[in-house]
Amino acid sequence: MTKTGKPTLADEIREATGVDVAECYQCGKCSAGCPMARYMDMGPSQIMRLVQIGTDEARRRLLASTALWSCVGCLTCTQRCPKDLDPAAVIDALREMANREGTVPHDQKRILKFHEAFLKNVEYAGRMSEVPLTGLYKMTSGDLFSDVLLAPVMLAKGKLPLVPRVIRGRKEIRRIFKACLRKEDE
Amino acid sequence: MARVGVFICHCGENIGRTVDCPAVAEAAGRLPGVVESVDYKYMCSDPGQQMIKDAIKEKKLTGVVVAACSPRMHEPTFRRAAAEAGLNPFLLEMANIREHCSWVHEDREQATAKAVDLVRVMVEKVKRNAELNPIRVPVEPTALVIGGGIAGIQAALDVANGGKKVVLVEKSPSLGGHMARLSETFPTLDCSQCILTPRMVEVAAHPNIELLTYSEVTNVDGFVGNFEVTIKQKARYVDPDTCTGCGACYQKCPVKKIPSEFDAALGSRTAIYTPFPQAVPNKPVIDAEHCLMLTKGKCGLCEKVCPTGAINYEDTDREVTRKVGAIIVATGFQLWDHSAYGEYGAGKLADVIDGFQFERLLSASGPTGGEVRRPSDGQVPQTVVFIQCCGSRDPKRGVEYCSKICCMYTAKHAMLYRHKVHDGRAVVFYMDVRAGGKGYDEFVRRAIEADGAEYVRGRVSRIYRRADGKLIVRGADTLAALPVTIEADLVVLADAIVPQTRSAELAQMLGIAYDMNGFYSEAHPKLRPVETATAGVFLAGACQSPKDIPDSVAQASAAASKALGLFSNPELEREPIIARVNETTCVHCRACINACPYTAIDDYDITDRNGNVIRTVARVNEGLCQGCGTCVAVCRSNSIDLDGFTDEQVLAEIATLE
Amino acid sequence: MTTIGYYPGCSLHGTGRELDMSIRAVAEVAGVILTEIDDWNCCGASAAHSLNHNLAVALPYRNLALAEEQGLTEVLAPCAACFSRLKGTTVRLRRSDALLETMRGITEHDYHGTVRILSMIDFGSRLLDEGLAEKLTAPLDGLKVAPYYGCLLARGEEIVEGYDAEQPTGMDAALEAAGCEIVPWNFAVECCGGGFSMSLTEAVVDLSNAILTDAEEAGADALVTSCPMCHSNLDMRQRTINEAGLGPHNLPILYLSEVLGLAAGLQPERLGLDRHFVDAMRVAERSA
Repeated sequence: MTKTGKPTLADEIREATGVDVAECYQCGKCSAGCPMARYMDMGPSQIMRLVQIGTDEARRRLLASTALWSCVGCLTCTQRCPKDLDPAAVIDALREMANREGTVPHDQKRILKFHEAFLKNVEYAGRMSEVPLTGLYKMTSGDLFSDVLLAPVMLAKGKLPLVPRVIRGRKEIRRIFKACLRKEDE
Repeated sequence: MARVGVFICHCGENIGRTVDCPAVAEAAGRLPGVVESVDYKYMCSDPGQQMIKDAIKEKKLTGVVVAACSPRMHEPTFRRAAAEAGLNPFLLEMANIREHCSWVHEDREQATAKAVDLVRVMVEKVKRNAELNPIRVPVEPTALVIGGGIAGIQAALDVANGGKKVVLVEKSPSLGGHMARLSETFPTLDCSQCILTPRMVEVAAHPNIELLTYSEVTNVDGFVGNFEVTIKQKARYVDPDTCTGCGACYQKCPVKKIPSEFDAALGSRTAIYTPFPQAVPNKPVIDAEHCLMLTKGKCGLCEKVCPTGAINYEDTDREVTRKVGAIIVATGFQLWDHSAYGEYGAGKLADVIDGFQFERLLSASGPTGGEVRRPSDGQVPQTVVFIQCCGSRDPKRGVEYCSKICCMYTAKHAMLYRHKVHDGRAVVFYMDVRAGGKGYDEFVRRAIEADGAEYVRGRVSRIYRRADGKLIVRGADTLAALPVTIEADLVVLADAIVPQTRSAELAQMLGIAYDMNGFYSEAHPKLRPVETATAGVFLAGACQSPKDIPDSVAQASAAASKALGLFSNPELEREPIIARVNETTCVHCRACINACPYTAIDDYDITDRNGNVIRTVARVNEGLCQGCGTCVAVCRSNSIDLDGFTDEQVLAEIATLE
Repeated sequence: MTTIGYYPGCSLHGTGRELDMSIRAVAEVAGVILTEIDDWNCCGASAAHSLNHNLAVALPYRNLALAEEQGLTEVLAPCAACFSRLKGTTVRLRRSDALLETMRGITEHDYHGTVRILSMIDFGSRLLDEGLAEKLTAPLDGLKVAPYYGCLLARGEEIVEGYDAEQPTGMDAALEAAGCEIVPWNFAVECCGGGFSMSLTEAVVDLSNAILTDAEEAGADALVTSCPMCHSNLDMRQRTINEAGLGPHNLPILYLSEVLGLAAGLQPERLGLDRHFVDAMRVAERSA
């Protein structure tokens, strides 16, 4: 809490994830072990530092960073953190914020589109199927032609079911999605 | 007739702001038996004490109550003042109206009323106090020093040079401890053995020091000034009086491949051995687990070649006892086991070593003759990575604390490596650099600026060995926000400093406390760093907390001065707050004997003129009793009472409040 | 006959087909009945926890509730990501009553915390205990394997049970029982690139290439995995890696269940070994 009583970015993150970033002593072990480091503009330890700083500029940099999108969720950072913190959860929370506030960098939109296509598929059918997922992803990301040659091979190996799977409880799933999205806005 | 004087202290604002001291003095003056009742700003000051002394003499006081701070602060002060005025000091009591009243309450009216109650209670007690006289026990002016490293050596020399006797017990065959294994010491880069061995020799030669190496303390009885210590001298199988240290035996010994403890398992030793060439005493011992004669009845070469016939395969462990007045614990430390870090190879990678192993590689007397060669293939490493904080500052899987010395010895390692391998690359991964001593920061800067060590800020996530033998070190540079991967030939881990394996066992034996990390507890972290809470037992060196050589030496000298202070009087005064058995009513149920935590109560036979035993009762040993009162509580026949806190006195206190 | 609940996960009928086939086959040999959770939904994988923290718990929660309602106390989740999400959810629910309440409200199912989630590795050990060990009559004649755990089977103190997360040995007993020789190697818990196969392919190419290279340098004849995502990145994408000028690699990627199936003397086609991108049928020739 600042003196004005307005929650800081660190407060928001603690609320969302249970992680108290004040405990991070910036050892860098998370950044050292991150397999996606070369695809990121900052490592997990820099992300933790910016949350600690929490100024408007820090927040702006965080929510516009590519790192949030290149994080593959491998949990190596969380596994090895000597202070038992969870940088992966902090990144998840920041990603949600970035998506909500519309600050996703342009070159990371593909990754966002993939996640969205995945979830749209699940929302509609209850399960993900390769054809609708790939189709939706390619259309929304504009990445139309890569991996096209894989499709017939997959088909031949019986790994590309053409009939998408749907579950009986689809309506339930749609309700769950609605309820979760409503909670986002709360 | 009781004539009690009551003295109320304001303690400046500490008491005066919350308690109306004049009112308390006024109320106390009206209590039965109180003939003098005054208040004053600072009772503990000279004028304050003089007030008490004057009142004792002029008003012929039979008891005094000082209402002020905690007795733990100033009871000795006021009791001394009373004694100087001719009143038995145990006829003075304190009522704590600070910690128990003004410091914990805010309401002035209620606090004042409570202060009056507290004074009332102590007045009733003091009316029933009896004169008590301190118990005097003789002091044995000999010190036991446990541990023969630099701290133990320094403490022993200081006590011995102070004219008192020392028994120095060291568990390994030689003096020297960890310091003997170092190549050079920071910040001067002195050759470690060169500055240490003269002291070791001095210890061995000193007329006041009895040196017992290859020995361990197995039991400690007694109390300050009067300890009785049992020491086990392990069988050496070599007679130290006949042996000349010529070395013929270990040159001929056929069992050659035992991993040397001194060389941190990087080198080997024989079954009959001295740990290192400069060992003191320079007399070998036989390792009974590996000697062919002692395990299988074969060989016997050393006996054949010994020119003085010093070998004795029939040797056995021996137990000796010593009486000492003070014990200085200087048992040192060991390194944390880094096999807990699976991400660094779980201790299985031959070329990932710890600080002591690197010291042995640097040492001229080490397994590689002072050339830095890596354990796996003997190659000279062209890139060495040094990792600080391995296990330290890691609450999750290591220890939470900082080990203090690693930043300095890592800088030293990087420097010495660069001195030996001119075009080698030294990379140091650090979180912080802690170099607070004299000349220390300059030393680290020298490593970086003059000797070219590369310092990268970031902890290492993983080390693994690639098929071509290179160690891949995955780290980060948090200042540049970049991942950093180094292909290293050798990795040196600055493992955390932890207590010795059996340190808890020794603490139990000595009756001293240790903290949650296993380091021995000092009596007060700021003002009493070398004493323990157990009278007569002192601490020196890393067994108390991680520290470097200058601090260990300083602490050792401080501990020695405490011992010498203890020895400066032939007798020690003990507070006479002890239990006393009424032998008439004691039924010898032995409940008190079983309950006493200090084994201070014994069975005592009451005999007739002819020596026949009439009855057996319990009797308290005045020297051992600590006045805890446990026996008083368990005695079923109400036959034990505590001098200074008798049942009558305590019950009177309680009754006064009702 | 032991019954274990079965949560195949979305990929097991598609890209992870061999995993489903081989699991069912070896379960049958061991006499274990796999009961698929009726009407299970997608666990949300990476997408849910990346975009919506409530969804990330609610989707697994529904599956846990369904399993409980259907009387299943143990559930096998063969995909490492599904396993991590489902088991992780049981841990989070155990820690927070408030979260349990929220999920009850969102999903309108009432879960009481009785379901235990098993990974492929847990399942492999279980099958051995249930009698599969005696039935491995066609051991793989010292096939050199590099056991690959990937990320999610080696992260989290409350998730990974029974083996060390940095130097894991969870698959060892099963592999050795199947006649394999385990080669020591360095990349057992390194990330393969996860869910970025399409959206950041170069990461998968980079990371999976490093894994394949290390396994080969260690002398492995095959890599054994327990995750269909890792399998896809290492098998399906092996060609992409070679085309990028890396490698070239030609390392068969096997599922633990396929290895057990072969050692039990089952036909490789029944295990799906003919559906791999990198020829895996040659491994079948190794079993006696």
